[in-house]
Amino acid sequence: MNGSYLLTVVTFLPLLGAVALFLLRGDDHKWIRRLTLVTTLADLGISLLLARGFDPAHPTYQFEELRPWIQSPPINYHLGVDGISLWLVLLTTFLTPICVLCSWESIQTRVKEFHLMLLVLETGMIGVFLSLDLFLFFVFWEVMLVPMYFLIGIWGHERRIYAAIKFVLYTMAGSILMLVAILWLFNLTKTVDLAGTFDLPRIQAMLQTGAIVLPLRVELLLFGAFFLAFAIKVPLLPLHTWLPDAHVEAPTAGSVILAGVLLKMGTYGLLRFCLPLFPEASVRLAPYVATLAIIGIIYGALVSMVQPDLKKLIAYSSVSHLGFVVLGIFALNNVAIEGAIYQMLNHCVSTGALFLIAGMLYDRRHTRLIREFGGLATPLPVLSAFFLYVCLSSLGLPMLNGFVGEFLILVGTFDRSPLWAALGASGVILSAVYLLWAYQRVIYGDVTNEKNRTLPDASRRERIILATLAVVILWMGIGSPLFTRRMEASTANLLNQMSRPPRSYVATEDTRPQESRGVQPYARVSGTTAAVEAHSTKTK
Amino acid sequence: MLPTEDYYRLLPELVASGFGILIMLAEPLLPRERKGWLARVALVGALASLGSTLVAAQFPGMAFYSLIRLDNFSVFLHVIVFGIAALVVLAAHHYLESEGLPQGEFYALLLFATTGMGIMAGANELVTAFVGLEISSISSYILAGWRRDALKSNESAMKYFLLGSFATAFFLYGVALVYGSMGTTYLDNLSTAISANRGGATLLILGLGMMFVGLGFKIATAPFQVWTPDVYEGAPTPVTALFASAPKAAALAMMLRIFYTAFGSAGDTWFWAVWVSAALTMFVGNIAALVQTNVKRMLAYSSIAHAGYLMVAFAARTEIGIAAIIFYLVAYALMKLGAFTTLAHLGGSGEQRLDIEDYAGLATKRPVTAACLSLFLLSLLGLPTTAGFLGKLYVFNAALNANLVWLAVLLAVNSVIAAYYYLRVIMAMYFREAHSDWAPEPMPRAIAFVLLITAAGTIYFGLFPSTLMNFAAQGALSLR
Repeated sequence: MNGSYLLTVVTFLPLLGAVALFLLRGDDHKWIRRLTLVTTLADLGISLLLARGFDPAHPTYQFEELRPWIQSPPINYHLGVDGISLWLVLLTTFLTPICVLCSWESIQTRVKEFHLMLLVLETGMIGVFLSLDLFLFFVFWEVMLVPMYFLIGIWGHERRIYAAIKFVLYTMAGSILMLVAILWLFNLTKTVDLAGTFDLPRIQAMLQTGAIVLPLRVELLLFGAFFLAFAIKVPLLPLHTWLPDAHVEAPTAGSVILAGVLLKMGTYGLLRFCLPLFPEASVRLAPYVATLAIIGIIYGALVSMVQPDLKKLIAYSSVSHLGFVVLGIFALNNVAIEGAIYQMLNHCVSTGALFLIAGMLYDRRHTRLIREFGGLATPLPVLSAFFLYVCLSSLGLPMLNGFVGEFLILVGTFDRSPLWAALGASGVILSAVYLLWAYQRVIYGDVTNEKNRTLPDASRRERIILATLAVVILWMGIGSPLFTRRMEASTANLLNQMSRPPRSYVATEDTRPQESRGVQPYARVSGTTAAVEAHSTKTK
Repeated sequence: MLPTEDYYRLLPELVASGFGILIMLAEPLLPRERKGWLARVALVGALASLGSTLVAAQFPGMAFYSLIRLDNFSVFLHVIVFGIAALVVLAAHHYLESEGLPQGEFYALLLFATTGMGIMAGANELVTAFVGLEISSISSYILAGWRRDALKSNESAMKYFLLGSFATAFFLYGVALVYGSMGTTYLDNLSTAISANRGGATLLILGLGMMFVGLGFKIATAPFQVWTPDVYEGAPTPVTALFASAPKAAALAMMLRIFYTAFGSAGDTWFWAVWVSAALTMFVGNIAALVQTNVKRMLAYSSIAHAGYLMVAFAARTEIGIAAIIFYLVAYALMKLGAFTTLAHLGGSGEQRLDIEDYAGLATKRPVTAACLSLFLLSLLGLPTTAGFLGKLYVFNAALNANLVWLAVLLAVNSVIAAYYYLRVIMAMYFREAHSDWAPEPMPRAIAFVLLITAAGTIYFGLFPSTLMNFAAQGALSLR
C-alpha cells in the first residue's frame, strides 16, 4: 500500500519536534512556541493526507505497518488505521495546535518543558489510536500518563498535586489489570501459535475462527479487566471521581486534551478491544453497562447543574456526554455505534471549546466561579457570541454537530430498547438546562462585579482559535455524511467481528487456568450472538 | 593434580580476591594524598574480573571436584555481580573522599564481598555455597558500619551482623539436616537422590525450610525482611546500592540452584512457601514504603517489594520464570544502583539530605539530577519503555504461563500501591517550590558516569530487550 510510513510519521513527528525543542534555549519562549506550533501543524497536515488516502470502502485496517520489535515474547511494531481510529487521530492532531495556541500567553513558567510534554503527549495519544499490537498499545497507553501527570502537576491550579496523583493512580489501577488480561490472552494464543502473539488482528482471527475458544468465565474475566481500564478512562459512573479534579486543576490546554482526547481513549478501547474480542461478555453485560451509562448521563447532568465552578460544570457535563457514547456503544448496532463515534468527535470539539472559553475567562479574571461573572455580554461581545454558539452545539442544536451524534445514538438505542432511549433523551433536556442556565448567569444581566466592566474582548489569537472551532462545529453539523461514510465500513466490520462459531455444548478443550477448574461446565445460552447479527443487519 | 581449566573456571573470583589483597598490601605504603589511586586499582580489579568472566565462559563445566559449576547461568550472574562492583567503586570514590572515610580497606572488602557472591552463584555444593555466603556476608557487615562516627551506621552494622549470623546459622543447620537425610551435599547428586526418592522426608523438609529461611534473609523476603530498612538506611549510600543489588542477585541464584535445580522434583513441598512469601513480601514492602518520608528508607522498602516480584517469577517454577528472574535482576540492578547513586550524591555531607522535603523544587535547581532520579523511579514503578517495565512484564508472563493468576493479580495490585510512593518523590521534585536555598553541589564526573551507564541501560533494555532476554533464556536453560 502506498505511503506505508505515513502512520509512523504521524505518530513520531511530535516526538521529533520534542527532540528539536531540546536544542533551543530555555528562555527563548517565542521560538519554542513557534517550533511547537509548526510541528503540530505539520502533523495535522500529514494526518489530513491520511484522510485523503483513506479508502472508505475498505472495512479493515489501512496503511498497515508491521515490523518485528522484540523477539521473545514476539512483539511487533504494528500500526494501522480504520474508519474509527482515523477520526480520532485527526481529532488529536487538530486539537494539539489549538492547545499550543491557547497556552500562548497563559503559560509563562517552564515554557520549554510545557511544550515538550505536550508534544510527547501527542505522540502517546496518536500511538494509542494506531497500535494494532496489544503490547504496543499498552506501552503508548501508559507512557501517555507521564506527560499528562506533569501537565496537571506543574502548570495546574491550587489543588493540582492531589489531582495529578489521583489521575495517575486511577488510570494505573485499571490499566495494570488490563496488562494481566493482555498477557493472559497472549498465553492463550500459545495453543495455536507456539510462540504466542500480541497481534490484535491475529488474535481476533483466532477467536473468530474458533481456534481459541474462551470459556464464558474466562471471557467475562478478561472483558472485566479490559472494561475496568476503559471505564475508568471514559469515565463511567462510579469510577468518575478522578475526572472533576483532573479537569478542573489542569491548565486549559490540559483540560482540553483530557476532555477532548484522553476520555475518548476509553470509549475507543471499548470499541476496539472489548466488543470484538469478547462479544459474548459484551452482549451479556450490555444491560448493566447501559444502566451505568444512563445513570451517568442523568447524574452528570444534575451534578453539573449545581456547580458553582464553571470548569467543574463542564467537567461533569463530560460525564454526562460520555455516558451517551457508552450507551450508544452498548446498544450494539450499526447506527448507535456510528452515533457513538460521531458523538466522541463532537464532544471533543464542543467540550474542548467550552474549556477553552472557560480558560479565556480564567485568564482575564483568575477565577472560575460563576457568581464572580455576570453580564459579560457588555464587555465581551465576541467571546459571548462564541460561548453561546458552543453551548448550543454541546446541547445538541440541529445544524450543529452535537445533534447528529445524539440523534444517531438515540435512534440506534431505541431499536435496542425504547426505555434506554427515553431515559437517555432526558439527558439532552438536562444538558440544555445546565448549559443555558450557566450561560445566562455568566453572560446576561447587568455587570454585577466592577472588575468585569473593563475586561478586554477576545484577542486576535483567541478569535482565530474560536473561529476555527466554530467552522468545524458547523461543518460537522451539516456535512456529517463526509464523516459517517468513512466510518460505515469499519463499524459494520466491528459488528461482524463479534460473531463467533457456535460453541459446542460439551466443554472441548480446557484452556482455563487451574484456579477456575471445578466450576460448572459452561452451558451456552443460545442466540446471543445471533441476536447481535440480527440487530446489525436490521439497522442497515 | 587439578586440570588447568579448573582455575580458568574460578578465574573471576581469583582475580577479584587477588586485587583485593593487592589493595590491602598497597594501602599502608601509599601516602595519604595518593590513596585515591586505590580506587583506580579497585576499578581495574572489578573490570578485570568482569573480563575474566568472559575467559571463564570459554570453559563451561565442573571445577574443583564438582564443587564449582560454570554454566551460562553462573556466567550471567558473574557479569551482573562484577558489573555492579565496578559501578559501586565509581560511585563510592567521591563519597569516601568527601566524608573523609578510609578508602583502601573499603575497596578490598568490596572486592572480597563480590568474590563471595561469585562463589554463591557458581556453587554446586552446599558447603561451598555456604563459604561463599560467609565471605560475602562478613565483608558486608563491615561495609555497613563504614561510617564509624555515625550512630545509624553502627546500628546498621550491628543489626546486620547479629541477624545475619543467625540467618547463616539457619542455613548451615539446614545443610546439615539435608546431608543427614540424603547423605550428600552435591546439588547434582541431591537431584538424582530426590528423584530416586531416597532419604527421610521429615529431615529433608526441615532442612529445606531452614535453608529457605537463611536465603530468604539475604534476599529480604517477608517474613525475614525486618532488618532491611535499618541496615539499608544506616549503611553508607554507595554500600546500600551494593546491598540492594548484588547480594540479592547472588542469594537468589543460590536459591534457584538449590530449590529449582536440586530439589526441583520436590517442588510441591516448597511451592506454597514461595507463593506465600512472594505475596507477603510484596505487600509488606509496598505498604510500609507508603508512609516513609526518608527517601533512602523508602527505597529500602521498595527493594523488599521487588524481592517479592522476583519470588513471583520463582513461584512459576518454569524456565520462563527463571529467564524472567535473570532479566529482572539486571533491570533491577541498573535502576537501584542508579537511584542509590543519585541519593549518595544528593545526600551531601553526613547524608543529611535524604528527606522527601529536601528535594522539593529540585527540578529547577538541578534539572538533570532530578530527571535521572525520576527515570529510575519510573522504571522501579514499571513504566513502559523502561527496563523495569519489561522485567515486570516477563514476571507477569511467567506467572500467567504457570497459571498463577492470583499471584499475578496481587502483583498488579502492588504495582499500583507502589506507584504512589514513587510518584511522591517525583511530585516533590517537580511540583513543589523549594523551601530553602540549599542546592546540591555540582555532580562529580565519576558519579555522572555511573548515572549515564545506569540510565542508558534502563532505557536501552526497556526498548530493546531481545539480546539480554536471549542470554537470560540460555542461562535459564542451563539450570535444568
